Amino acid sequence: MDAMSTNTPRKTRLATVWLAGCSGCHMSFLDLDEWLLELAEQADIVYSPVGSDAKTYPADVDIALVEGGVANADNLELLLQVRANTRTLVSFGDCAITANIPGMRNMLRGSDPVLRRAYLELADGSGQLPHAPGIVPELLERVLPVHELVPVEVYLPGCPPPAERIRAALEPLLHGERPQLSGSDQIRFG
Amino acid sequence: MSVCTLRINDHDIAVPAGTTLLQAAQQATIPIPTLCFLEGLSAVAACRLCLVEVSGADGREEPRLLAACVTAATEGMRVQTHTPRLQEIRRTVIELLFTEGNHVCAICVANGHCELQNLAVEVGMDHSRLPYRFPERHVDLSHPQYGLDHNRCILCTRCVRVCDEVEGAHVWDVGWRGEHCQIISGLHEPWGDVQACTHCGKCVDVCPTGALFHKVDTSSEKHGHPERLQRLMHARTHQQWTP
Repeated sequence: MDAMSTNTPRKTRLATVWLAGCSGCHMSFLDLDEWLLELAEQADIVYSPVGSDAKTYPADVDIALVEGGVANADNLELLLQVRANTRTLVSFGDCAITANIPGMRNMLRGSDPVLRRAYLELADGSGQLPHAPGIVPELLERVLPVHELVPVEVYLPGCPPPAERIRAALEPLLHGERPQLSGSDQIRFG
Repeated sequence: MSVCTLRINDHDIAVPAGTTLLQAAQQATIPIPTLCFLEGLSAVAACRLCLVEVSGADGREEPRLLAACVTAATEGMRVQTHTPRLQEIRRTVIELLFTEGNHVCAICVANGHCELQNLAVEVGMDHSRLPYRFPERHVDLSHPQYGLDHNRCILCTRCVRVCDEVEGAHVWDVGWRGEHCQIISGLHEPWGDVQACTHCGKCVDVCPTGALFHKVDTSSEKHGHPERLQRLMHARTHQQWTP
């Protein structure tokens, strides 16, 4: 048994990460349906809100799909852990690549106007600004795309990227190759 | 009518004098991407997407970057339309447009039918190498039928030209300078207050993005109709008014 396992090539260590996004990219990932069974044969899902119970980001990850923009201190801390422990970081979906809808708050110029608008001006009389250090993560002044903060190897646009597009990126990556995505089926925003 | 011969990529082409490089390339079925250009309107070379490399004109051998939509073909010109340098410029132009404004494709009226979104695919833009600006821009919903979202405006000036040259109302203009540059209606009044507007909708039909839209349209529901302009111009030119 031991002899056999040493001959078996190490399975790819795959993570999926959810930052400031609606989780639609992860829903699209689940739309891979039966191909997920093939994926599970080729890869260990070592960290994922939809495929793993791990609470801390592990070391030595081969591929990470990172959904969402970087909107708060938790997002930033997790992203830095992901970058430090991942060989191929895939910027997964329009929020990760452009800041997209979470980034629309940037037009209000800073986190304070956003919090005031949401928690005071639109409150029904009992509004208060959220303040719970260590529990509620602080908003960053601006929501930023992933690649404006850390280097990114692969970009997978779409809101969300359709399941076939995710597969088109993952299949070469599982074989250690860099996907060459082009054309309307593979790199379209929106 | 005098004819001049020129070479575009590897094709020798003969065209009437005065033909633009864009028309000459179209004649040879060589596609050159365009954005501000629209058949039926004057050409203004605002977007710089149709830049080509031209040598052999006016005795100059060093390739120059010229906008194909406003450059007339001359005898002995040699034109390159898709060099790596040009492809890099075109991608950068599209990245500049995306990062200058606030283009959120997912919630846009024009999602799926947008010329800017299509061009991003064509130039291979899977992300922007330039930082996003997230400028503060406003939306004018004062017109009873139409809206103008400055966040999505790329200042191509098609609306300015169609209103002036075709409708003859000249509601639109370009105001301010630099990063404050924007399309203005009337004397920078709310669109709905501009009495010159005939409510014809030609500006909405030719807008390449979701900047000008019908108020009834929600996300992904706007379809541009530049072909309506072309039908009208054909009818006017040939006096053929068949429905």
